[in-house]
Amino acid sequence: MTILAKFSPLRENYERLRALGHDPFSVKFERIVSPTEGVLRGKRTILLGTNNYLGLTFDPSCIDAGVAALEGQGTGTTGSRIANGTYGGHGDLEAALADFYGRQHCMVFTTGYQANLGIISTLVGKDDFLLIDSDSHASIYDAAKMGTAPVVRFRHNDPDDLYKRLRRLGDQPGNKLVVVEGIYSMLGDTAPLKEFVQVKRETGAFLLVDEAHSMGVLGENGRGLAEQEGVEDDVDFTVGTFSKSLGAVGGFCVSDHPDFDILRVACRPYMFTASLPPSVIATTLQALKRMREEPGLRRRLTANAERLYYGLKGLGFELGPEPNPIVSVMLPNKELAIAAWNMLLEAGLYLNLALPPATPNSLALLRSSVSAAHTPAQIDTAIELFGQVGRRLGVLPTPGLVVQAAE
Amino acid sequence: MDAEDDEIVAEIIRALGPSLQSPVTITTDTNITRDLGLDSLAVMDFVMVLEDRFDISIPLERIAEVETVGDLARTIRELRGRS
Repeated sequence: MTILAKFSPLRENYERLRALGHDPFSVKFERIVSPTEGVLRGKRTILLGTNNYLGLTFDPSCIDAGVAALEGQGTGTTGSRIANGTYGGHGDLEAALADFYGRQHCMVFTTGYQANLGIISTLVGKDDFLLIDSDSHASIYDAAKMGTAPVVRFRHNDPDDLYKRLRRLGDQPGNKLVVVEGIYSMLGDTAPLKEFVQVKRETGAFLLVDEAHSMGVLGENGRGLAEQEGVEDDVDFTVGTFSKSLGAVGGFCVSDHPDFDILRVACRPYMFTASLPPSVIATTLQALKRMREEPGLRRRLTANAERLYYGLKGLGFELGPEPNPIVSVMLPNKELAIAAWNMLLEAGLYLNLALPPATPNSLALLRSSVSAAHTPAQIDTAIELFGQVGRRLGVLPTPGLVVQAAE
Repeated sequence: MDAEDDEIVAEIIRALGPSLQSPVTITTDTNITRDLGLDSLAVMDFVMVLEDRFDISIPLERIAEVETVGDLARTIRELRGRS
């Protein structure tokens, strides 16, 4: 018995998947050319699975800011903020995010995963209750596991089900924290936030919204789903990430809670990890500025998302319920999804293969994420390739067969 | 095992129905993940159905302690007694 023997079933599954073509969990790009193009085995490949919503990863002003910070402040902070101190940039970024969201407080984390892990696991204690959506991101599930509060799961995007489960807790003392996401990362569906807010008000629960995939995407100013739905005043804690619209890595939480700052000395995933390097802080600050100054980026993103969504829908694919930058094609089974993913990659289109148990309802998905930086021609190429692959695999009807049937 | 336990086990078997790939005989000794091939998500979804059947909350950390159908029945009985 080796210590890793328990993973034998996982290894067998993984080996079976790899035997069918390229390894979807280890795609190696030789070169990244732009936010929307990379080189894979010598072939130019359209990147349609990067979460690079605003395409800011190659923005010259962001790169300049990062280079200046790298040269002026060095490669890293080499420690946590509570032990090694805070650089000016960390405070500036927290102030800029608090200002963007119109909140009193902000804490920056080293990754978005740690932001959820730290904030959620620390907010609720053993005498409180944590209520999470059944389709929550792994970081929320892991926060639930790390924390000491009892965890209750409610049916995905179902405010009535949440209400029922809160009612079941009855008059047990303790605070209740409800966690939902702005846009869900697998199907691109949004939470019915107005209805969740209603439940929160009726039951006196606290509400945390993870806007990781909706920041820079939804709302007049890009603050996310809560802004779009006009319910920001009812959101107690907003979590977000720098690794999607802002093109870097890191996470944050903003809040108006008067005692928020105590979390800096209570939240272990904040306290016991090195803070972000100055260059990452600098590019993120500049990307936030660019995002605020250029609403055109968001308009292009929306136009591209709708072009892809309706293009694929027009071909006859089954998609998620809403046209958002996450566009997922549902395939009837895992085998077809794996075959289609490999064929698309061979043809020069990279996107994400998402399989159970990482997907809701055991779905097999080809998950695309659209960028403001995609050209309409790139989107059209993607639609064309999807059409070819769908017909070859028999997922879409082939025109030839339709003609034959009509004769 | 008394009548209440039998009733709980019967409800568990009924709730498991839709998640099973093929028909199997389920007893109190059946291991939910190993013998029934349910992944972690499927287990949580099936427990949600039981929460509704018994009108109780079964917090996730209680599910982590459960291995067999019998374990689950005992957990449900205990949580029911509390409400």
